[in-house]
Amino acid sequence: MIVGLVGLVIGFSQRPGSIEEVKEMMASHDAHGGGHGDSQIKENHGGDEGHGESANEKDAHGGDAHYEHVLHQLQNKPWASLYVAAFFFFMIALGVLAFYAIQFASQSGWSPVLFRVMEAITAYLVPGGIILFVILALSGFHINHLFVWADPEVVAHDALLQGKASWLNGTWFIIRAAFFLGGWILYRHFAVKYSRLQDEDTTGNKWYKKSFKISAAFLVFFIYTESMMSWDWIMSFDPHWFSTLFGWYVFASLFVSGITTIALVTIYLKSKGYLEFVNNSHIHDLAKFMFGISIFWTYLWFSQFMLIWYSNIPEEVTYFITRIEDYKLPFFGMLIMNFIFPLLVLMNSDFKRVNWFVVMAGIIILCGHYIDVFNMIMPATVGKSWFIGISEISAVLLFLGLFLFVVFRALTKAPLLAKGNPYLEESKHFHY
Amino acid sequence: MASKVIHALYIDDDILMDAVKKVRAEHYHIEEVYTPFPVHGLDKAMGLPHTRLAITAFMYGCVGLTVAITMMNYIMIEDWPQDIGGKPSFSYLENMPAFVPIMFELTVFFAAHLMVITFYMRSKLWPFKKAENPDVRTTDDHFLMEVNASNHDVEQLTNFLGDTGAVEIKIIDKEEDNH
Repeated sequence: MIVGLVGLVIGFSQRPGSIEEVKEMMASHDAHGGGHGDSQIKENHGGDEGHGESANEKDAHGGDAHYEHVLHQLQNKPWASLYVAAFFFFMIALGVLAFYAIQFASQSGWSPVLFRVMEAITAYLVPGGIILFVILALSGFHINHLFVWADPEVVAHDALLQGKASWLNGTWFIIRAAFFLGGWILYRHFAVKYSRLQDEDTTGNKWYKKSFKISAAFLVFFIYTESMMSWDWIMSFDPHWFSTLFGWYVFASLFVSGITTIALVTIYLKSKGYLEFVNNSHIHDLAKFMFGISIFWTYLWFSQFMLIWYSNIPEEVTYFITRIEDYKLPFFGMLIMNFIFPLLVLMNSDFKRVNWFVVMAGIIILCGHYIDVFNMIMPATVGKSWFIGISEISAVLLFLGLFLFVVFRALTKAPLLAKGNPYLEESKHFHY
Repeated sequence: MASKVIHALYIDDDILMDAVKKVRAEHYHIEEVYTPFPVHGLDKAMGLPHTRLAITAFMYGCVGLTVAITMMNYIMIEDWPQDIGGKPSFSYLENMPAFVPIMFELTVFFAAHLMVITFYMRSKLWPFKKAENPDVRTTDDHFLMEVNASNHDVEQLTNFLGDTGAVEIKIIDKEEDNH
């Protein structure tokens, strides 16, 4: 309880800063959206030919068509930055949820002391999911211009999008999103409930066994829905492009961010003295996961990049051409942040036990994966007009504040030791 | 120079661990411990320094990466920069993704193999090497601790080792040190 109270104060002290930022963000959003909104609608109804292009295609626009293109990009910018931040923090919670389910399904002996931390982080799944759902619904029904396939004008001129319209249409898109989110939140709800009930149940492992079963079922559900989620929520920003590896790639990104967040929250709570049963072997294990999954992410990134680069098929390779031409620094910078840096820093077994090393590596990894999401979404929505400016930073601060608030508030809801877990004693004495 | 050692045999790894700690606490010098399987924590109890094999592996990996880069840069870019299927062989960087699989594999190859060879050399293992086993039972179910007895009262040391749980104690005169 005390942990949570301290956390709550910290969460609150983060909040005011971010609420001001929200206002700032909204102001900047109005400047873009409001100022240009009217002209956009007029031009839209003008049935301009240039509008039929998808945002990621580089075309020689002349005159008005070019301005309209840039206008769309600028209008998308605050929406896209909101979306990137919303998705980024949501995917952290989702990654933690997947990790949590894996710990149950694999009957890990080291992690039960961290379960309450993981449960608290996944608490963000509900508010974060709702916010994301609202943004997706707005985009799916073309309130903003995030998804080109949601624009009936565009689809009317685009045979490829017409072919995909049975999958990529607003209604079906929203139903799918509700289904994914519903399933994840449902698992989260019951996993936490059973975990609490197991605390009170001192005689048997009834609730633990139930947790085990639903975790295994959830993992099956998760890997399917996560894959489809990545097509829907990220790949469909570039609806002319497709990659079979994409679901795994997004998974690696969200998984490593989730594990890093567990490590950071654990180290923070430990430094405040609330997790006396967590020793540096637990941190070591988390750091090993951060290290390993960072490399796994790089492996998938490279596999996707190299296969497309090597064969150089025009309809696939535009995806990387726009990114390398317009996003050189973030595109290759994230490789350094997500691969080279953790590779060199977290390779040494002793460094993985040093808290400040893990924290430093963790912050870099999280920033790197923010840029990763940024790279996946921005080129298709704002194209060359990208900039990490006020709307991007304030959107991150908004969701960071919300995330910390929700997570640290959730930490107050239960004792920090899941005392009914049958592997708890082993976990307390875990030593590597 | 002839030296005197005492071989104390144990039948349980827990008893062995306790014995090692007691012997070290009494400042007797443990020459060697022979066990049929790795006993977790024995190296710590004996006070052995950490292995540096991992560090050598990292350096070997760097060597492998350098070999791969130098080799492919020379062959593909400098010596004969052919146009093979439109791949840009103007500079190493431009064609790098195609080289990454080889760079990776050679790094792992060098790191793994050279580290294994280092291990063999440091632990003096090779085919036809004469086994240095003081008692055949230590490969099956006995644990043997070899304590240097040259400068100690043998009687007292034997009694002490007997108290630590040794099931059998032998006094051996060695002609020369075998390591």
